[in-house]
Amino acid sequence: MASIKIPTPLRQYTGGQAEVTISGRTVGEGLHDLVRQYPALGPHIYEDGVRRGFVNVFLGSEDIRFLQDEDTPLAPDSKLRIVPAIAGG
Amino acid sequence: MTDNLSRELLAMMHDQLVAAYPNEGGGFLLGREEHGRATILEITPVHNIFPEAEQYHRYAMTPQDWMRLEDEADARGLTLLGFYHSHPDSPAVPSEYDRVHALPNFIYIIVSVLKTDPVETRVWRLLEDRSRFDEYALEVTQG
Repeated sequence: MASIKIPTPLRQYTGGQAEVTISGRTVGEGLHDLVRQYPALGPHIYEDGVRRGFVNVFLGSEDIRFLQDEDTPLAPDSKLRIVPAIAGG
Repeated sequence: MTDNLSRELLAMMHDQLVAAYPNEGGGFLLGREEHGRATILEITPVHNIFPEAEQYHRYAMTPQDWMRLEDEADARGLTLLGFYHSHPDSPAVPSEYDRVHALPNFIYIIVSVLKTDPVETRVWRLLEDRSRFDEYALEVTQG
C-alpha cells in the first residue's frame, strides 16, 4: 500500500505514528483516506473541503502541484509526504 | 505551560535576528517534549526565501528545509518542536498571517527587534480549533 509521512506537529492525531498507510487511486483519494482513518487531521489539512494553501504534498521529491496535483496517480509503493509551508509575518 | 531554552541559545537567536534587521529572520527549534513541556536543545537558522522587498514583514522557508530538518530530528531521536522568527519594529505577537499559516502542537517564538535590540521574546502555540494562539511562559536556563 502507499504510505504518507506525517509532519511532526500533526503526529498527535495519528497516535504518534510518523508514517501511515493509505489507499486510493490518486493522491486526492489517498489524502481523503488518511482523514477517514484519522478524522482529527481533517481541519488542519482541509478548509471547506479544499486543501489548505500551506499544506504541501510531495510524491517522493516532487511537489504534487508540479505533477497532476490531487489527480496524480498513486502506485502501491508510492511514498507521499505532507510538508507544511512555514511562513510568518 | 512553560517551555525552556538556555541563555546561550537565546543569545544566538537574538544575534541572528538582529543581524537580519530590518528584514525578518527565522529558523527551526529542535529538542524534546515531555508532558507538554518543551526543552529546546538546538536552533537552526533558515534562509528567508521571500522576495527581498517583502522581507521586512514576511518570512518563509522552503519545503526542502522542513524535510531536511525533520528527517534529521527523526534520525537523531529529537523532535522538530517549532519555528522562530522576528517582527522588526513590531510587537512579538502573532499576526493574522502567522495564524493562517500555523499548526497546533508547534512552538512559535516571536522576537520583536527594534534596530539593534531584541526587545521582547514571546512564545505562542495555536489552539486546536485554529481560532487563536495561546501564550506560553519561556524559562531561560543557565548554560
